[in-house]
Amino acid sequence: MAYRVKINGETREIDAPQDMPLLWALRQELGMVGTKFGCGIGMCGACTVHVDGVATRSCSLPVGSIGDKEVTTIEALAQSPVGEALQQVWLEEDVMQCGYCQAGQLMTATALLTANPNPSQDEIENAMRGNICRCACYKRINQAIARVAQEGPVNA
Amino acid sequence: MRDIALARRGFLKASALVGGGFALAASIPMAARAMAAEQAEGGMLNAFVTINPDNTITIIGKNPEIGQGIKTMLPMLIAEELDADWDQVRILQGDTDAARYGPQLAGGSFATPMNWIPMRQVGAAARQMLLAAAAQTWGVEASSLTTEPNAVVHAASGRRASYGSLASVAAGMQVPDLAAVPLKDAAQFRIIGRAIGGIDSPRIVKGEPIFGVDTQLPGMVYAAYERSPVYGARLVSADVAAAKAQAGVIDAFTIEGNGKADELVDGVAVIASNWWLANRARSALNVQWDQGEWANHSTAGYTAQAAEAWASGTPQEVLNNKGDFAAAAASAAKVIEAEYSYPFLAHVAMEPMNCTALMHEDGRMEMWAPSQTPQGGLAVVASYLGLPQDKVTVHITRMGGGFGRRLTNDYMVQVAAIAKRMPGTPVQLIWSREDDVRSDFFRPGGYHKFKAAIDGSGKLVGIQDHFVTFDYPAGGPFNPASMPASEFPANYVPNVHYGMTKLRTAIPMGALRAPTSNALAFVFQSFLDEVAQASGKDLPSLMLELIDGAGPEQGGRGPAGPTPGFNPARLAGVTRKVMEMANWGTPAAEGRAKGFGFYFSHQGYFAEVVEASLDARNQVVIHDVWCAGDVGAHIINPHGALNQVEGSIIDGLGQALQLAVEFEGGAAKQSNFHNYQLPRMPMVPNLHVEFVKSDNAPTGLGEPALPPVIPALTNALFALTGKRVRKLPIDTSQFA
Repeated sequence: MAYRVKINGETREIDAPQDMPLLWALRQELGMVGTKFGCGIGMCGACTVHVDGVATRSCSLPVGSIGDKEVTTIEALAQSPVGEALQQVWLEEDVMQCGYCQAGQLMTATALLTANPNPSQDEIENAMRGNICRCACYKRINQAIARVAQEGPVNA
Repeated sequence: MRDIALARRGFLKASALVGGGFALAASIPMAARAMAAEQAEGGMLNAFVTINPDNTITIIGKNPEIGQGIKTMLPMLIAEELDADWDQVRILQGDTDAARYGPQLAGGSFATPMNWIPMRQVGAAARQMLLAAAAQTWGVEASSLTTEPNAVVHAASGRRASYGSLASVAAGMQVPDLAAVPLKDAAQFRIIGRAIGGIDSPRIVKGEPIFGVDTQLPGMVYAAYERSPVYGARLVSADVAAAKAQAGVIDAFTIEGNGKADELVDGVAVIASNWWLANRARSALNVQWDQGEWANHSTAGYTAQAAEAWASGTPQEVLNNKGDFAAAAASAAKVIEAEYSYPFLAHVAMEPMNCTALMHEDGRMEMWAPSQTPQGGLAVVASYLGLPQDKVTVHITRMGGGFGRRLTNDYMVQVAAIAKRMPGTPVQLIWSREDDVRSDFFRPGGYHKFKAAIDGSGKLVGIQDHFVTFDYPAGGPFNPASMPASEFPANYVPNVHYGMTKLRTAIPMGALRAPTSNALAFVFQSFLDEVAQASGKDLPSLMLELIDGAGPEQGGRGPAGPTPGFNPARLAGVTRKVMEMANWGTPAAEGRAKGFGFYFSHQGYFAEVVEASLDARNQVVIHDVWCAGDVGAHIINPHGALNQVEGSIIDGLGQALQLAVEFEGGAAKQSNFHNYQLPRMPMVPNLHVEFVKSDNAPTGLGEPALPPVIPALTNALFALTGKRVRKLPIDTSQFA
């Protein structure tokens, strides 16, 4: 069955069973491989996308359940001023080691700062606790988020 | 013209030497490759360096990138001696090619010691060729020329030429003798020592395809591989027709293993247009397994066998028998005993195992492999397929972590076995996280029964350890379960008895970041903390007392050539440094305590202090970690270096707090992140890291910062609660 899903501002057609997770539709039906597979059970956050701006685990989101909600992926993150600022600071702080989880980290951090531009340390930790970084670059992820919170997004 | 330039082009041939050395020698020009074709009028000066006419420089990163920063760091070494302008450097990942690049591996923290000189020589040789080109062009002596970043300068006449303008002439110059090229004095370094961000990071933050699993080829299909969770099981039957009837499934077939766990185990491949469909169809296979002789193995069984081995009193094998431990114990003022253990661990790299393969119709195999040992992977695939190695191409992809898991290339053989059945069709094999956890090559668990003899003056005069570990009955994958006879403090105590008993297992074992050290640091530094307590001193004091007056140990040989022996002065240096950083003599805040740990591994010396407390529910809270490390005279890239150390510390704390793989019915009980719980952001303490510079060639940082943090934590918990943690992961119920 074919589903029409709005992804990064474009309506895309996905011909897949209704229970195919959005992650696998993105990666292998649409060729958008920025969103990563980590666990398949919503425990690691590598597959995080935004659904109507809310950080969502795409590995556990059936394509048939999205309806007319808008999906945003890492490929379009720079369209958000907060996302763009985070990308920039991510590089300045040299946050990553292997980098595999970073798309998910950035998506979660962007959702956090968009909803709450000045989070406390506890709020940062609580928002980010669902995202595993196996290389454990947590200190730098935390610092980068705190820095963007302090300095504001690029076009603010 | 270009063909002539290519024909005249000298290049450096890199080749592996016996013993793992690395040599570069002038060689015959090579055939033009795709990369060279891009540089119409440029100059390829050697296998690693091409100067482009636009004055950019293309440098090949030869080693696999797993997040250790090597794709940035090795080119920094070349760029330094080339006197390149780093902003003009472009880095390309080299393909697997031992003849061209020498050893290509990510493991053992070897890359820094193996490449510190050779990569600099590569850059220096290219610089010599640019100097020679300018000398010829201007009709001056090369010795009258100097370089500035990306330019040759003739100070006497004020002439200056960019590297780009000299490129094509330089490519025709004589290739210098690598061993004879002068290297910079450290005071002249412009790039080494600069904090440089990861070269691929700008692409990663945009979600560009860069990892192995991001490989996309026209017409590619996806494969899942069903195998038994019980090690050594053989396939009896599978309903492949039922799998083929599932939505999206293109094919399904059984594959007979070759009897080697690290190459190919029996299984069933399911191929589909989308991996999720292939993976889902596995449930229709109704596979019947002959579970074999290992199906009753369990962690509980191993623990009971270890206790039996201890009770028998006699280890199978004596590792070290120095002086007379029994006599020392008999005459000691105090004898203490303790039993320690630690579990099997999984690697769980974030990017699950995967590999892409295309069996060309003409019989060549082409692969896109996230492997820490792509040269080994190429060889094992060629051998499995019965192809000469030059018919197998292995492209090295960036990896979402390695941690030692990708030293073993079983997933490469699996996808080769599948792709072989589908000539002309690219196949991407992906493992589920459950496959990844259950089909790991685990860090072996282990058991240590210690005894120490302390004399009337509080001096440690004897130590005994009966180490119970694991081995395969015959053959099997690489087994890292071992302990050196010299394990500290053996060389600093007069009476030593180390023995080892190996339990039989079929559980595949492998190297996990800081193999052996990640376990031995915990047991030895914890037991030495017990010794220190029993003799009225603290662990750093005991360590310094043990090594007092001792000179460096005899060196050995490693993959990078001769390696210096353990140097007690470097132990003392980092120990004193971390004591100062952590205000060791000053008590921790109310309700907190500090613990110390030291370990020497992978040529790195690390002393660490942890400050911890317990919360209202007796859960461990880690507040601060201070770390002093000595990896030689230079920190090549402070960004990457610090990131490795910080990550290693948290990795070790995670192991101590909550990680274990247990076995039941011959299979791993753990399967995914809900029951194998990695550290998450709220756990992360304040991290304070400093490097102690010593007059030694720089060595690697992927591993040595991990081991000592585990005993530093458990020793802190002892100081806090008076309860000794002798088993990992930490059972917090003991603090109630």
